Amino acid sequence: MVEHSMLNLVALILLFPILGTAVNGLVGKRLKKETVSYIACGSVGLSFFTATLVFSGLLLLPPHERLFEKQLFSWIESGSFKAAAGLQVDPLSILLTLIITGIGLLIHIYSIGYMHEDKGYHRYFCYLNLFTFSMLLLVLGNNFLLMFIGWEAVGLCSYLLIGFWFEKKSASDAAKKAFIVNRVGDFGFALGIMLIFLTFHTIDYTEVFHAASQGNFPVGSFTITMITLLLFVGATGKSAQIPLYTWLPDAMEGPTPVSALIHAATMVTAGVYMIARCNVLYMLSPLTMTVVASIGAATALFAASIGLVQNDIKRVLAYSTVSQLGYMFLACGVGAFTAGVFHLVTHAFFKALLFLGSGSVIHALSGEMDVRKMGGLRHHIPVTYKTFLIGTVAIAGIPPFAGFFSKDEILLESLTYGNLIYWSVAAVASLFTAFYMFRLLFLTFHGKSRVEHHVMEHLHESPKNMTIPLIVLAGLSSIGGFLGIPGAHVMSTFLSPVFSASGHTKVSGAEISVHHGEGNPYLMMVVSTAIALTGIFIAYQMYIKKPELPKKLAERFRFIYRVLLNKYYVDEIYTALFVNPTRKIAVFFWKCVDIQIIDGSVNGIARSIGWFSSNLRYLQTGYVRNYAFYIVVGCIFIIVLAALGK
Amino acid sequence: MTNVSVMTFNILSVLPILVLAGFGMIVLFVDILFSKRLGDKNILAYLSLAGIIIAAIVSRGTTPIALYSFNETFVIDNYSLFFNFIFLLSTGLVILISHQYMKRENINYGEYYALILFSTIGMMLMASGADLLNIYIGLEVMSISIYVLTGLKRSKLTSNEASLKYFLLGAFATGFLLYGVSIIYGATGSFNLKEIADFLINKGDVTGPFVYLGVGLIIIGLGFKVASVPFHAWVPDVYEGAPTAVTAFMSVGPKAAAFAAFIRILMTAFGSTHYEWQKIVYVLAILTMTVGNVVAVAQTNIKRMLAYSSIAHAGYLLVALVAANTLGVSGMLFYLLTYVFMNIGVFAIVIILSQRNDGFMQINDYAGLGYKHPLLAIAMTLFLLSMAGIPPTAGFIGKFYIFSAAIKSGYIGLAVIGMINSVISVYYYLRVTVVMYMQEPVREFYPLTISPFIVAAVVISVIGTLHLGIFPSKIMELVQQSILTMR
Repeated sequence: MVEHSMLNLVALILLFPILGTAVNGLVGKRLKKETVSYIACGSVGLSFFTATLVFSGLLLLPPHERLFEKQLFSWIESGSFKAAAGLQVDPLSILLTLIITGIGLLIHIYSIGYMHEDKGYHRYFCYLNLFTFSMLLLVLGNNFLLMFIGWEAVGLCSYLLIGFWFEKKSASDAAKKAFIVNRVGDFGFALGIMLIFLTFHTIDYTEVFHAASQGNFPVGSFTITMITLLLFVGATGKSAQIPLYTWLPDAMEGPTPVSALIHAATMVTAGVYMIARCNVLYMLSPLTMTVVASIGAATALFAASIGLVQNDIKRVLAYSTVSQLGYMFLACGVGAFTAGVFHLVTHAFFKALLFLGSGSVIHALSGEMDVRKMGGLRHHIPVTYKTFLIGTVAIAGIPPFAGFFSKDEILLESLTYGNLIYWSVAAVASLFTAFYMFRLLFLTFHGKSRVEHHVMEHLHESPKNMTIPLIVLAGLSSIGGFLGIPGAHVMSTFLSPVFSASGHTKVSGAEISVHHGEGNPYLMMVVSTAIALTGIFIAYQMYIKKPELPKKLAERFRFIYRVLLNKYYVDEIYTALFVNPTRKIAVFFWKCVDIQIIDGSVNGIARSIGWFSSNLRYLQTGYVRNYAFYIVVGCIFIIVLAALGK
Repeated sequence: MTNVSVMTFNILSVLPILVLAGFGMIVLFVDILFSKRLGDKNILAYLSLAGIIIAAIVSRGTTPIALYSFNETFVIDNYSLFFNFIFLLSTGLVILISHQYMKRENINYGEYYALILFSTIGMMLMASGADLLNIYIGLEVMSISIYVLTGLKRSKLTSNEASLKYFLLGAFATGFLLYGVSIIYGATGSFNLKEIADFLINKGDVTGPFVYLGVGLIIIGLGFKVASVPFHAWVPDVYEGAPTAVTAFMSVGPKAAAFAAFIRILMTAFGSTHYEWQKIVYVLAILTMTVGNVVAVAQTNIKRMLAYSSIAHAGYLLVALVAANTLGVSGMLFYLLTYVFMNIGVFAIVIILSQRNDGFMQINDYAGLGYKHPLLAIAMTLFLLSMAGIPPTAGFIGKFYIFSAAIKSGYIGLAVIGMINSVISVYYYLRVTVVMYMQEPVREFYPLTISPFIVAAVVISVIGTLHLGIFPSKIMELVQQSILTMR
């Protein structure tokens, strides 16, 4: 059975990155930079190669048998609680594995050039490999515990890499913010898993989903709704949705390749993966689905509107990521899991490309990130410009580039299976997307150069190891959409074994079902192309034709502009609502409770332990006669106890 | 019992013991006959290791039923085979870590190896004893060897003092044990564990309070050996005074042997009266954990800290004994195995770093170790984390099983106290780590001479600690098998 021998290689996919981490972490300091990068890229490369083998092994199986589980070992067994380590290969997990290792490999290679002068070179690659491992664990695990371990581990790596330049206060603050905000989500996630164990007495995917699809739980069952909502709380943290999205824009303090890999292509999509993985559970809870779709739509629009006026090249992309993730959740929320995952894939292509492109710009400009100090760069860094242009076109939704098909499908599904509100919100967000992306493109690469003089002197195109990943990603962003063109939807056919299990479910009069691009796709295509072109046209008018217009508009609509520029003051509101009260409570506890009561009692305990210790020290006299005496005391005590027992 | 057949003297059943005894004597002879030509006496260490490996080979495998021999005083079952494995493993590791140390301290006597092997024989006798007298003889064989080993460094006063103290108190405690055995004999008319059990089940009500008195006294005698509070007072002094390699030896094997006897006596002979002795062990467990951990917090000398930590670990193991269910006993066996790896691992690092005459023994001496010797520091951190019970190390799994056994038997309060104690222990274990990584060195690190022997011991311990922490289920199956044939 050649396909099974290929599938059995799945453990190797995980092994290579963790080996890379171990080598670079333990002895990386003593190795040459070149060796470090060979180890890091090589391990991810091998992992990618193995993933393609496993993928072909899976393709050799007939579609309905495409579920392969490999039990590695069982960790703890105690009563009904069983914590086992096992891997699961199915269309969904292998698709994400290919993305993680494939795009991960490109970003590793890109990092060689981007980080070559950094003194934390081996540390960087050690973390990056560790991230790859953790992310693979998250998607390949066959139970919720492994997903949770991966979930926490990617959070840790994200923390370490956002704060990679920890000497900078803003970086270490951003890292802390990401970690703490994610704590909120992870708490919900952990509760959700515990509730799953309480309800199903197992945390194994196959068993849980099988039990859930047997009709033991009525649609809208309270328990399932609680489980799915709690899991979704975790997703809002990890995938930066309202209300927990605030950490992602700040996370741009990390090195740009990290933003591309972790904060665009892979980790932030973990929430989407989780919901797609648990589609059986989510389909049982219409309430949760509504929540997911609404939060997704709201986030898509909200983040896109903030992106309209930001001036930091990476922050625009960050808000764009938040907004695009919103699309994915919208898709999942209306039951179009395929569309959500499809957008996840294309988004991974073009957003990684855009981030790496912005990194190339920043690299060329010696670290400048403010678009107001850019402009006219297209002739100086032509490769970056061309690839960035492709990425921009792809995300804006111009056919035949990748983003067009996936976004179009989401718009279509949100209208067919959701309602007009979802669609209009998504459509407006789509208009915004086209606008802010072209605004970014025009400000950066077109018009007159506003680059500072001394920076201009060092202006250079990036080295080969940075431009080649850009070119590859540009290729993927151009053609990636053909995986899901209506009529010949490769993606939906491939993913159908994962999503068909949940079946069609009647919900509150309306039929919610798992479906793949029915309805009238062609009319929608025309509409969404028109929307995108409108956005581009406005951007062209404002930033190429009449560059003075934005300023006038900003003054005219001063209030709106200020609100958008300050990101709706959400950070300030959170600070006022949560951070400051917490701090005040903390200070109160510190001043009153901690110092007086706890410190008092701790010191009291310490003092009494000290007293206890010093008395015990007297007991530890060193004299045998004393020690013998203790034995006699113990003996009397035991006899008394035995006598009482009788 | 009068019908003594040839089969009851089954020589094969004691083959591992004979092998060890044979090699022990060969070591003595070689040492005496060739003492001029032996040089650094590597050959003695090799011989002892060979003996241990051969003994391990002959006692490997499992047995479907319990095989009694020597007039039903000696038993081979999976339980005793598992303990044989623990003893041989710990003795083997101790020989690996002691060779270099013995040379450095100028106490590289041949009898060291012989005594260690003889002591191991005693342990095996204890684990295989099906009869109170046999267990007692095993205990004496084990203990007398260790009394001598403790005083091996004749030129050092504290070593002599430790030896004498241990001997006097040990003799005293053994007196209680023997007294308890004789009372049990008086009450039930037998030394044999199975017969005692039968007697108690059938005619238990005629014995009156004597059985409880007897059990209580036996608990004192064995409680002394496992270092349970309040019979623990010897531990810090003896651990500190003994040569470090001997400390490592006596912190693991003898403790495991005493627990082996403890479990077998209490569960086999007195299983029917467990409500009575559980109360005593319950109180002892709480006292032992708490005193061990609380006093360990205040220690500045690493050997003394490890002494109190070993008391605390005895407390956790007593928790499993209180639980007195299958999970508890298997948890205890598992914990003892993990304890071999992590404890000998720590002692190996302590020995590598220590200087002649027990220099470099203060916890503060470890400041900056993380930068000077990163691999040693990582290994040390791993062992300490395991002792504190933090995943993915073996110690976590061990504690998990012990405490869940206690909860399953309804001793939730005891489990909570155990966990509180665990938290206290994190403080003093991690303090060493903090000192290693976050403090500037207060003194210079002398260049270290590291023999391949001791490296092997550290590597084995690291692998064991991690393997049992990540893949515990195989060993757990083996452990569960080993208690099936016991009762």
